[in-house]
Amino acid sequence: MSLISTLARLEAVSTGRAQPAATVRHRHLGDRPLVFVPLITAGEAGAPLGALVGTDRDAPRLLAVPQPRDRDLRFAFLAELADVVLPYVDSYAEAVEAAERTETDPETGKRVKVEVDLCADAPQLIVPSRAGIDLVRLLGRSTRFRRTAEQDPEAPYPAPPRVPLLGRWLTHFGERSRVPGSSLLLAMTDVLGRHWVTGQSTLEDQHLGALLAWIDPPQGVTGAEAALRAELERDAQGQLTCPPAGPATDPAFDNKLLAPAIERYDRARTALAAAEDGLEADDRLGALSAAEREIRDLVLSRTRPTWDAVWRGLDLLRELPEGARVEERWTRDRWSFTGHRDRVLAGEPPQPRRDDAVTAANKLATREREQARLEAQEALDDPLVMAGRRLSGEAFAGEVTDVVMAYSEGKRPSPRPLVTVRTDDRPHLGERTKVYRSLGGKPQSAEFVADEEDGAYVVLRILDKMGRGKEPEPGSVPEKGDRVCFTLFEHEQRGGAKLPDPEETPWTHGGPPGELTLEAADPVTEEDVL
Amino acid sequence: MPLPRTRGTALRQRLAELRGPDVPAKALDARALAALAANPGCARRAILDGAGVNKAALASALGAPSAFGQSQFALTRGNAFEAKVKADGGAELLRLVHDKLDRSAEPPADARVPDLTAAGPRGRTARTELELREAAGHPGAWTLLDHPMLALDVAGSPAFLEPDAVVVHPDGSWTVVEIKSFPLLDGSADAAKVGAAARQAAVYVLALEEVAARLGAEGAPAPRVRHRVLLVCPRDFSNLPAASAVDIRKQRAVTARQLTRLTRIEDIADALPEGTCFSPELPSDELTAAVESVPATYAPECLSACELAFHCRARSRQEGAVTSLGRPLRAELGGLTTVEDVLAAARGEAGDPDDPAVAALRRAAALRAEALEAACR
Amino acid sequence: MTTVFDPSAAATQATDAILHDTLHGTARGVVVDSPPGAGKSTLVVRAALELAEAGHPLMVVAQTNAQVDDLVLRLAEKNPELPVGRLHSSDSDPYDKALDELPSVRKSAKAGDLAGQAVVISTAAKWAHVKVDEPWRHAIVDEAYQMRSDALLAVAGLFERALFVGDPGQLDPFAIVGSEQWAGLTYDPSGSAVTTLLAHNPDLPQHRLPVSWRLPASAAPLVSDAFYPYTPFRSGTGPGDRTLAFGVPSDGSGPDRVIDEAAESGWGLLELPARHTPRTDPEAVLAVATVVRRLLDRAGAATSERSPAPSPLTADRVAVGTAHRDQAAAVRSALAGLGVTDVVVDTANRLQGREYDVTVVLHPLSGRPDATAFHLETGRLCVLASRHRHACIVVCRAGVTDLLDDYPSTEPVQLGTVVKFPDGWEANHAVLAHLAEHRVAWRP
Repeated sequence: MSLISTLARLEAVSTGRAQPAATVRHRHLGDRPLVFVPLITAGEAGAPLGALVGTDRDAPRLLAVPQPRDRDLRFAFLAELADVVLPYVDSYAEAVEAAERTETDPETGKRVKVEVDLCADAPQLIVPSRAGIDLVRLLGRSTRFRRTAEQDPEAPYPAPPRVPLLGRWLTHFGERSRVPGSSLLLAMTDVLGRHWVTGQSTLEDQHLGALLAWIDPPQGVTGAEAALRAELERDAQGQLTCPPAGPATDPAFDNKLLAPAIERYDRARTALAAAEDGLEADDRLGALSAAEREIRDLVLSRTRPTWDAVWRGLDLLRELPEGARVEERWTRDRWSFTGHRDRVLAGEPPQPRRDDAVTAANKLATREREQARLEAQEALDDPLVMAGRRLSGEAFAGEVTDVVMAYSEGKRPSPRPLVTVRTDDRPHLGERTKVYRSLGGKPQSAEFVADEEDGAYVVLRILDKMGRGKEPEPGSVPEKGDRVCFTLFEHEQRGGAKLPDPEETPWTHGGPPGELTLEAADPVTEEDVL
Repeated sequence: MPLPRTRGTALRQRLAELRGPDVPAKALDARALAALAANPGCARRAILDGAGVNKAALASALGAPSAFGQSQFALTRGNAFEAKVKADGGAELLRLVHDKLDRSAEPPADARVPDLTAAGPRGRTARTELELREAAGHPGAWTLLDHPMLALDVAGSPAFLEPDAVVVHPDGSWTVVEIKSFPLLDGSADAAKVGAAARQAAVYVLALEEVAARLGAEGAPAPRVRHRVLLVCPRDFSNLPAASAVDIRKQRAVTARQLTRLTRIEDIADALPEGTCFSPELPSDELTAAVESVPATYAPECLSACELAFHCRARSRQEGAVTSLGRPLRAELGGLTTVEDVLAAARGEAGDPDDPAVAALRRAAALRAEALEAACR
Repeated sequence: MTTVFDPSAAATQATDAILHDTLHGTARGVVVDSPPGAGKSTLVVRAALELAEAGHPLMVVAQTNAQVDDLVLRLAEKNPELPVGRLHSSDSDPYDKALDELPSVRKSAKAGDLAGQAVVISTAAKWAHVKVDEPWRHAIVDEAYQMRSDALLAVAGLFERALFVGDPGQLDPFAIVGSEQWAGLTYDPSGSAVTTLLAHNPDLPQHRLPVSWRLPASAAPLVSDAFYPYTPFRSGTGPGDRTLAFGVPSDGSGPDRVIDEAAESGWGLLELPARHTPRTDPEAVLAVATVVRRLLDRAGAATSERSPAPSPLTADRVAVGTAHRDQAAAVRSALAGLGVTDVVVDTANRLQGREYDVTVVLHPLSGRPDATAFHLETGRLCVLASRHRHACIVVCRAGVTDLLDDYPSTEPVQLGTVVKFPDGWEANHAVLAHLAEHRVAWRP
């Protein structure tokens, strides 16, 4: 943790309010995000209990599974979820703009530009916490291999139509969220934690209610008091007044409220099945509906506070101006969305259970590149982030005190001006260390020449972006009196080497993975819980 | 003639006094082991666990109840899964042990599943040891010990442990089996939970090694306690069992060292004021004073591992300890330990400017102020 | 009957077997584990020369440009006529200028320009951009344990068979983003190249260089036990084969006493009073600098199997190792304050593969309020404790043993991954326990 954020954390303790960790918003927020607040049943691998989902903060759609162990009810939940998520996703699939992409020509092996469609915008999923992201992945994994009756008439427990497709999209969202700086799927606690530092530990920041309490405490209460209340306060029934953001529920809720309600539901269902005539069945159906309504109310009572909290978090985030380079990263998310849209349209099979060697290596390379890009872009967009890099010796800022024109040797001398910068920072500069500054959004590079007066003055040689002529173009060389900020890290990331195609996986990595076969659905047994 | 009062019995006596009259010692359960792993340096936790104090009851008596509860859904499900794994005389469980750990042995059939019921933990421990000795007399056979009881010497007093199962292989070696209810999805599982299971199993292995050494002292070669344990979990989205072998050598080494270090609870006990007692029956101010007489090293990780965490957190925050915000915070603060000291040093009101920690803090404060000001403009 | 361990014979036997498998074996790969100072570079150069002499075109993959340049220089030293290609990047200053002096070394940023050279050497990163129609018959992959699995994936298509050489005890490769998703997969891209290679090819011949020629008899057992518990090695020299003596007698100060202790026993621990400090603990930094100053001032002379006549302990034979860059910078500036400017001060990462007569180490955990996985990484301590031919002096604040004991042991466990030994925590304890026997209290 950088000393700057440590200080901010301590100041939050001392002032009773969260402190800024950023001065701009570093993540994209769409106009119409889909908020998803799920709950699961304890002890089972992601068996859903219910959820609030939707794009309208005043009208969330309530989904509930009155008996989480019932396969049909679970499928009904997933089908309903698909009915909300898929139309939302589809609504972004239509509008496209023309864009260029570099591809390898299969005939010549050359890199050529091709014109392709790029979706003009992309869907965005917001869940309350990191555990919500894990659940999105788990739901994706559990449903993408399912077979519908249409796909496989023999399937013993066919999934409702569109559920496997839901699984493929949830998987895509979950996988994309592992890419640093991406915004297709965000956890509210993560995004808030990126922009504010509270007076509690990062572990405690995982509690959305407590985190918001620090950032935006109610009138007349300190963040610490409000957070403690959010964490621990219980009502007369022993229930948390601020229920956990899920997907796990509070054991006291399970034991005191949910379990008896599910039991009543089960009894009502058994009674209905045992009804002997229509009249009795009507009565008992009423009782069943009442029992079901009770569970729906319980689910609503635990999800609604979190739903409201997520929207409040969105409000707070929208108050921050968007960072200059956020748009560029969102364009990458749009590419990712467009790519998956195309794979689905092309009828490609669902994402495999495990990545092959080449896919795994490619993903790792992409994520490392995006991590480096994110770190550089956040620093360039935000003086507070840059301050951290300056403190750690990876950047320095100061005033230009001297500029001396100099030229490269050779037949066509180019300008290589020497610029002296007065700085209080202590960058880790060594012989000919390369440094960069942002010039009209593009990086200009320079190299370290010497320092004077124990590092108070740094002499740099500017190397590029000065035009083709013998004299530098106007504005391309800093002038005496200019404030400048140079970084030791690069601003743009180079693409890595191209890895072999999966069918050319070398012997060191097990050789080619073989024919891609459609992965079988999980065998369906009586014992299934999801 | 009464036996001389040895060091061990004196300590045991002292720990009983700390627990309070007629309060039975609490076994060193999974949660206590988790707390030991999460914060081995905490003297308060060490003495309370060493003395077998019920920390959950203590926390409630202090007015800061722990938040550990278990959902009945999880409980029912966990029990049902374990029963399923052990059904039919443990046939499926033994099949998994054979498949994952000992394929060269004869496949298990007609395994011995001795009855381990006995009165009280000591009785059950003796019974378990008897059956382990008995199993050694049946080379070539598989034996399944369902919920055996083991005793481990912790700081001079026995802590009772109850593994889910121990399997004796045909070659006479022993395997610890842990049955958990988190899923094994596509062959992998929640690494934090597997880690906790591995640490728990390591303690069982240590306890078994003591039994094995005793059997070895009787003349026959000491049975080998395997350092790969079997973790059994529900597979994917079903409750069919799947298993994975887990190498616990590292956890064993660390736990062994930590357990030997628990002997320092004698020093901690000696430093306590005369008459200190942690009985939840005591009035809360007396109890608070007793708990406060042992220093704690609270860190946020305690919240998920120790019943007393909320109490310690409140104290730690009151004292303004920077570690209440996380252990890593201290890394760059040198000798500064409280929020106000750090802020005063950063503001230039206190601290030696030649101390690199103070100098760095002032630079950080200046850079932060400059950035925030730039953003306002 | 007892056999006397003959280090030369043992090393020769191992080398012969490696070269036989490499030149005449049928396996596609040969793996060689080399502990610190066991002659890895010598082996690589020899294997390269023999393969080249046998007429096999050879590509060599190293991990850093410095390693590549070093190998080129060594090859040219052994065989100045050998046509060597140095494939380099298109950055400025892509290779060591010393290579320009070598007539038979050709340099280019394009692999095509180097076709026909007997040996072509480059970094893994540069090789990854090379495309060939016909793969090389042979390759040598140097520092293979520091190479990531995905880097091997990118270059493995360039060769038919390869000799993989490296030190399993040094710093592991790492990724800057999480890679838990692939933990347990045989080809986890963030794992080491050798782990992946052996997971897919378990029957490849594996060899081990059994003798450290660098580490003295006083150091090899500790380093071997602490860092290579399942693959022990021995020192090539016996007790008394190397001596370190000082012309100027001790002035009784802590630094002088720890220097004498280390000269006598090979190890010295200069212990400062327990205190929590920032990383650049001024007292500890000053202690390190003072030890170095005294080492140079006291007219040290080393004798060894290389030179029975004492050779002076000069600044280029001494190095300082730290865990962090800012610590290295602080030590450099403290040394400059004492008038010492020509002693190498660097972090463990950068000291990998280097060798000195005496090293002075600022213990990674000295003064820390908490230990972290970074500081406990076995490879870091292993590198710092295995760079010396004569003696290693560790400067540390008291209290590290307690710090280790208080370290939470809550590491997650990924199913299916091979447990790596030794554990950093245990290795740290082992080293500290040994150092405790050579403790000198700091009195300036």
